[in-house]
Amino acid sequence: MARYSSLAILRNALSGNQQWTPAWRKAAPKPGYDVVIVGGGGHGLATAYYLAKEHGITNVAVLEKGWLGSGNIGRNTTIVRSNYLLPGNTPFYEHSMKLWEGLSHDLNYNVMFSQRSIINLFHTPAQEDDHARRGNSMILQGVDARFVRPPELKRRMPGLNVDGPSRFPILGGLEQPRAGTARHDAVAWGYARAADQRGVDIIENCEVTGFVREGDQVVGVETSRGRIHARKVGVAVAGATSHVLKTAGLNALPIESHVLQAFVSESLKPCLDCVVTFGGGHLYVSQSDKGSLVFGGDIDGYNSYAQRGNLPVVEDVMSELVELFPAFAKVRLLRSWGGIMDMSMDGSPIITTGPLPGMYLNTGWCYGGFKATPASGWCFAHTIAKDEPHAFNAPYSLDRFYRGYVIDEKGQGATPWKH
Amino acid sequence: MRINCPYCGLRDLAEFTYHGDADHALERPEPAQENSSAWNSWVYDRSNNAGQHRELWQHTGGCRGFMIVTRDTVTHEIISVEKVGS
Repeated sequence: MARYSSLAILRNALSGNQQWTPAWRKAAPKPGYDVVIVGGGGHGLATAYYLAKEHGITNVAVLEKGWLGSGNIGRNTTIVRSNYLLPGNTPFYEHSMKLWEGLSHDLNYNVMFSQRSIINLFHTPAQEDDHARRGNSMILQGVDARFVRPPELKRRMPGLNVDGPSRFPILGGLEQPRAGTARHDAVAWGYARAADQRGVDIIENCEVTGFVREGDQVVGVETSRGRIHARKVGVAVAGATSHVLKTAGLNALPIESHVLQAFVSESLKPCLDCVVTFGGGHLYVSQSDKGSLVFGGDIDGYNSYAQRGNLPVVEDVMSELVELFPAFAKVRLLRSWGGIMDMSMDGSPIITTGPLPGMYLNTGWCYGGFKATPASGWCFAHTIAKDEPHAFNAPYSLDRFYRGYVIDEKGQGATPWKH
Repeated sequence: MRINCPYCGLRDLAEFTYHGDADHALERPEPAQENSSAWNSWVYDRSNNAGQHRELWQHTGGCRGFMIVTRDTVTHEIISVEKVGS
């Protein structure tokens, strides 16, 4: 398959753009593979890519129930950041950020990674202290962070309600300048193409309905397209984790599935060139390259497998957006949708061997899975190839909950709908 | 989504607070027992059903009463609402 380059664009322009070939093959399942990845989302595709690239394991299939990019990789608000507090999280997310910084070149696919920075606003002196603590923790762990004061906020975001009457006056913000956004679909397509080029079979419309067992050992999967044997099976199915693992007899996990809504407005001229979050509630907003405002807030807060939410959260999110940017009250909403989040009991993910022999599990992304895509795939590939976690994902074990090693950024406890 | 509070009648979702899986929340093992694995499992593990799910809700914006709502997590359809302990 041809490399993408400016020369290729020129050559194809001269031939009327009739010579482009599909970015990946429509593979049919073979009877068996070294590794089968269940779930063709960002994390599953990235895992397959890094298995091939970093570990030389190319006899790999990625099984996707629907079409590629139909799950959360195509449903998120595209934010990439590594502004975490706790030592268990920061090295992992910073590794992800470093992979993002070279990703378009690595994949030979433009994922439109734009390091436009993120600013987390704070509104009370206590919140300011908390953000200073987070910023200091980031700097101590080698991540970029700085404080932004109202005059600079006003200059950088002319629409921001810095001076006006406000229930939540803006005192400042914590900025991570290297944070930003990426084109979410391109991440799925880029990983799929790059994995396919290294020999990985990407099999769409192939739903896993059960696991093939020899004694305790997982030796393959039953699918809507027949039985597929595998020496190792990796599961990366986000909100469907409990549902899929029940077919292997695992009826209880430290996971709940919750619906998160996201929103896109009509296109506007450029008016917001960073990602900004509201500290008086929960809102994150950025402007896409097409000009749309892309934003979201909290999960709905009750168990859900429906890819749509309810109106109270819609009202909350809109009121917070208008509190920050009063002029946005006149903007019309174009689309809203829901995605199913795999909310873990401490708000942090799980990338581990097991829980059954021959099985490997990647889950618990809460609503922060997109930014983690490269490092999640990188670490999951390492875990599958070496049968042990890398130092980056060693804290993300499944048994941490039972040993007292939870990684709870919010200090919220085992109430997953509040993380 | 609207919930038919057994005390107040049909009210908007915004008046209610979610307290999670009812079968889990109302069946706490004895914390002082020597075997901690049952306690660990109670704190962290959930069945997380796709389909019918019995869950605990509180009418915080109304009577503050607790109720068990049986709801389909795939369609959000509410199948039944009962008082806790009834």
